[in-house]
Amino acid sequence: MIPERWLNLGILAALVAVPIWALVVDEPFIITLVTRAVIFALAAVGLNIALGLGGLVSLGHAVFFGIGGYAMGILAYHAQTFTPLAEWPFPIDGTKSMPVIWLVAVTTSTLAALLIGLLSLRTSGVYFIMITLAFGQMFYYFSISWAQYGGEDGLSIYVRNGFPGLNTLDPIQFFAICFALLCAVLGFNALLARSPFGLALNAARQVPHRVETMGLSPFRLKLVAFVISGAVTGLAGALFADLNRFVSPTMFSWQMSGEIIIFVILGGVARLIGPVIGAAAFVLLEHWLGGLSDYWHIYLGAILLGVVLFARGGIVGLVARAHG
Amino acid sequence: MAEAVLSAHGLCKSFGAVQATHDVSIDVRPGEIHAVIGPNGAGKSTLIAQLCGSMASDAGRVELLGRDVTHDTVRRRAQAGLARTFQISALAMEDTVLQNAMLGALGAAGRPWRFLRPALGDQDLRDRAEAALERVGLQDVRAARVAALSHGQRRQLEVALALTLSPKAFIMDEPMAGLGGEGSKLLTDLLSALRADAPILLVEHDMDAVFTLADRISVLVYGQIIETGTVDQIRRSPAVRDAYLGEGA
Ligand SMILES: Nc1ncnc2c1ncn2[C@@H]1O[C@H](COP(=O)(O)OP(=O)(O)OP(=O)(O)O)[C@@H](O)[C@H]1O
Ligand SMILES: [Mg+2]
Repeated sequence: MIPERWLNLGILAALVAVPIWALVVDEPFIITLVTRAVIFALAAVGLNIALGLGGLVSLGHAVFFGIGGYAMGILAYHAQTFTPLAEWPFPIDGTKSMPVIWLVAVTTSTLAALLIGLLSLRTSGVYFIMITLAFGQMFYYFSISWAQYGGEDGLSIYVRNGFPGLNTLDPIQFFAICFALLCAVLGFNALLARSPFGLALNAARQVPHRVETMGLSPFRLKLVAFVISGAVTGLAGALFADLNRFVSPTMFSWQMSGEIIIFVILGGVARLIGPVIGAAAFVLLEHWLGGLSDYWHIYLGAILLGVVLFARGGIVGLVARAHG
Repeated sequence: MAEAVLSAHGLCKSFGAVQATHDVSIDVRPGEIHAVIGPNGAGKSTLIAQLCGSMASDAGRVELLGRDVTHDTVRRRAQAGLARTFQISALAMEDTVLQNAMLGALGAAGRPWRFLRPALGDQDLRDRAEAALERVGLQDVRAARVAALSHGQRRQLEVALALTLSPKAFIMDEPMAGLGGEGSKLLTDLLSALRADAPILLVEHDMDAVFTLADRISVLVYGQIIETGTVDQIRRSPAVRDAYLGEGA
């Protein structure tokens, strides 16, 4: 067992070292693979804020991932086709600027999380899971029927969006952007967990009736957690779309929601670096096992079963002691 | 007679055919401990739920400091100065004693919307939390996880959490539940001192504690208060003896 802080630093160091090594030996594909892991990690860190701190088992986080993806897709599509996004009340053009796209992705997923949270947080337990799942399906089928933006086929973006001062087409530079965002959000998550808000939310997860009698609203605490969570996952969605230069309804699918949950559970619920480890492990397995067999999900299932049965704290719980 | 801090008038609550409380009127005056006793199923917990707002009443009115709070939520009543403890400890087990006490301080300050600065770094909240822990004698275990505390210490922490609210009135549901002689004694002394902070409505099965602590006692039987009086009056009351004390003692 090692202190958790060391593990956190070690994992982040590995996430930097591998792409640099790949750069040296000229293996751009590996950089892309690590970038994929980093983006999934960001999505899962988002979910972990709701799930780990707030105890909210959302089976609909693909909604935010997809909204982020489509925010990028739609803005970039209008930019590359030189068609206005809207004519009214004033002409709005698309954009190829990452920061603007992120802002739109975060804003729209924030609004969606607010709406979904307001409706679903009235319930709890299995009903909450079902309602978030239902919202996911709504967005999924809507995106399939949204012919203007490719419907079932999705949207292809020809050139990756730009970031001032960087060449985003260079895999290592795009990786650096994603990694910096992941670190920023992890830092925010660490502060959040220790903050008054985190303290109250943590208690609201364990003893909501107590929190209520202390004059605090568990509902509002959870709603704010859900909104922050959705916003982070939305940002990850925009990056994922940019990584692939492609968005499609799959980003909204319940399988996607399930995968984001798997990242968190595999790595360790409520542990800061848990979602990062989970996402990295998933991408590794997907790559290696996927190369061996089309049915690699069977092995993933077995591993997940093992974790749930024998390592409730996920991978982090196995190797690190808490609060090191 | 001093103005009541907390009062209920004609509270009723039925569950189907069961009338858990029926036309219950009760008040708590400054500086006193008002105990509510009664056999199992008498409606004591129901009455507490109605007073605290976690259960809506079929009829009746609840006033806190002369203000009608009948339709206020649990949260609003807490903010207005009503603090309660639970029959079954309701504590964040994974957190430390101090973190639990901080929660109460946070609720009292009404400012949970701070996201970036560490909660334990907020000196105001921390002072408030530590003062409450010191009052109940838990200052030495403040860094321990609640899960590691003894049952007695958890009961003390329940009281500390209520204290952090600096309430106008306490409502305590069997604070001595499950305590041995030692723990009971400790809590009895604590509650006795607490009535100077704010009056206490005390539901308790431990008759020794009730007779030691109570300034007044109300006896609840089948959802109705059959008698209210001093310890002596209640001890002497034939009605109470018939309906209640006779059975157990
Ligand atoms: N939620 C409920 N639904 C149905 N009946 C209930 C409910 N809560 C309480 N009752 C019934 O109301 C009556 C009063 O219950 P209550 O829990 O208030 O009694 P009590 O005096 O607290 O008892 P105890 O000393 O055992 O804690 C009992 O007959 C109980 O079965
Ligand atoms: Mg009871």
